[in-house]
Amino acid sequence: MAFPEILDARSLRQGIDGFVNQLVIDYADSLERLSQPLLTFLVSVEQLLRNSPWYLVIAALAVVAWFGSRRWTLVVGVTLLMLFIGIIGQWDRGMQTLALMIVALIMCLVVGIPVGVLMSLSERFRKIALPILDVMQTMPSFVYLIPVVMLFGLGKVPALIATIVYAVPPLIRLTDLGIRLVDHSVMEAATAFGATRRQKLLGVQLPLALPNIMAGINQTTMMALSMVVVASMIGARGLGQEVLAGINRLEVGRGLLAGLAIVALAILFDRVTQAYGKRLQYPKQGDK
Amino acid sequence: MAKIDISGIYKIFGPNPKRHLQAVKKGLSKDDLLADSGHTLGLQDVNLSIEEGELFVIMGLSGSGKSTLIRHINRLIDPTSGSIRIDGENVLNLRQDELIQLRRHKMSMVFQRFALFPHKTVLDNVAYGLTIQGIDKKNARVIANDWLEQVGLQGFGDQHPHELSGGMQQRVGLARALATNPDILLMDEAFSALDPLIRKEMQDLLMKLQQQLHKTIVFITHDLDEALRLGNRIAILKDGALVQQGDPQDILLSPQNDYVADFVKDVNRGKVLKAHHVLAKPVSTLNTDTTVTKAKDWMMRHGFDYATVLEGNYLKGIVTLSNLHAATQETLRESVSPVSSVLESADLESLMPRMIRDTAPIAVTTDTGEFVGWVSRSKVIRLISPAQAVDREASLTEPVE
Repeated sequence: MAFPEILDARSLRQGIDGFVNQLVIDYADSLERLSQPLLTFLVSVEQLLRNSPWYLVIAALAVVAWFGSRRWTLVVGVTLLMLFIGIIGQWDRGMQTLALMIVALIMCLVVGIPVGVLMSLSERFRKIALPILDVMQTMPSFVYLIPVVMLFGLGKVPALIATIVYAVPPLIRLTDLGIRLVDHSVMEAATAFGATRRQKLLGVQLPLALPNIMAGINQTTMMALSMVVVASMIGARGLGQEVLAGINRLEVGRGLLAGLAIVALAILFDRVTQAYGKRLQYPKQGDK
Repeated sequence: MAKIDISGIYKIFGPNPKRHLQAVKKGLSKDDLLADSGHTLGLQDVNLSIEEGELFVIMGLSGSGKSTLIRHINRLIDPTSGSIRIDGENVLNLRQDELIQLRRHKMSMVFQRFALFPHKTVLDNVAYGLTIQGIDKKNARVIANDWLEQVGLQGFGDQHPHELSGGMQQRVGLARALATNPDILLMDEAFSALDPLIRKEMQDLLMKLQQQLHKTIVFITHDLDEALRLGNRIAILKDGALVQQGDPQDILLSPQNDYVADFVKDVNRGKVLKAHHVLAKPVSTLNTDTTVTKAKDWMMRHGFDYATVLEGNYLKGIVTLSNLHAATQETLRESVSPVSSVLESADLESLMPRMIRDTAPIAVTTDTGEFVGWVSRSKVIRLISPAQAVDREASLTEPVE
């Protein structure tokens, strides 16, 4: 039996449409202007990666891998993965995607860590933030692609914003969790020695939450990478665009090669962030 | 003026402590409060005054509120009512920034589970209180290094806490607390997590440091032996209320109720009680200048077999009647036979072997050698095993009493 019609679904829809349209009319221009620095940043990172000789990019990534893990095997692995991306002909698109990842990750850090810290400090803020995070993580990404596109138009910035919205929740959650998990007695000691809130946060809580924050960064990167294909639908260039083209034209080879390059990037990000997280873990065993 | 003066402290845990304060003040018990309102009574009417330079022990079983009480002193916990004065100033009136200054400069704390910062090196842990004060890292490390040496950990500065054993970690905890040179040291079950041998070592270290530093120390423990060993004064806490306070011997010799009596039942009294607790003072003493005839008359008149001979305030020895009968000189000086003596601070346990080995009397003297009396065997027996009736026989071997 059909459910009785209580609200008129059509007018409800139209109401929402009207609201979003009004938002676009009122704010789209200023939002676009506000997002200009973001675009400049993304473009310059992209330019840098694409214009640099490939061997310098690989060397730079190898150095990052070394400082992250202090393990030669990982340095070799990273080098091989990057060579693989180049060999299968995905270097240039790979660099575009890498640029998007790097900028998205930086923005996630800038937004995610302070929000996570605030959540850990204020029970009230946490109560408000948790359901929002739940919505961000469960809402199908296509749903919020529409308003984002309407507000920002097609292009790199909306793709970047969609990626951030999708990828930032785990970082926020794990920052909050990491700070909450800091040993109560250690915090008590800091208080007893007369540490201010700021001294406690910067000197004790954040350093001790770092392994968890690194786990959050790892999760966030993985989720950002999984957004690559979706983001390409609204104008992100790079590997995702190639996969999308493969689907549209039923060219399995095109889609598969780009897909493999995405996997290579994913493995690379995952191993480097995980190894760094592990290296931070060691002092935690003490004191128990 | 007392260094720390705690008066009328009540602490009720729960969502609305103030509402139940009146009922508690009128005598509502801990169990009834919990049943009526779900609030927990942490402390009730605690009054303590702790003097400068003393090592004050607060002891009680788990749940007695001792850890809650010590956290009131540096306001890690705020009371529901009452006042806490440090050097006469009520710390409950302090603003947040004044409270932080108080914690930075006047007091520091040592924790049961050490609570070291796992991400900092041992040296930086010790320097923590100083860097928090804003002292630059280099100078702070120099001072911290000194303190590491004081607690016997020179050379461990670059390690991380988890690389050290429990005992060593607590040495770091102690050094960290001392590094800011506070007046007051709060020690919350500081040695309870350590095994007995290491605990003893740490107690010795604390006593050694205290002899040089003369801090005001508030020491929490659930271990009566530790309390009796360390404390100048002891307060016993039960269900958040003080049941007795006094010096260690007071607690041991005159427990004020069954709870305390039960507590002290199994204590090794031989370790706690000192020679001055078993003193027998001679009715009268002779002097080396006394003439032999005078001494003989006096002893026979009182029926003494022997008597104590002093030179000034110092013990010379004893004379026996038979010695005097054989004496040729005019004064006692040459007839005196030496006796063994102990300091009044010697514990009874160290006296026992001597008392068993021979029946000769043992004299008790002050640190400077002045005579205070004799060891009374019957008192020793009475104090060490109070349950046993005193054997009449034991008193026969006693010197003048």
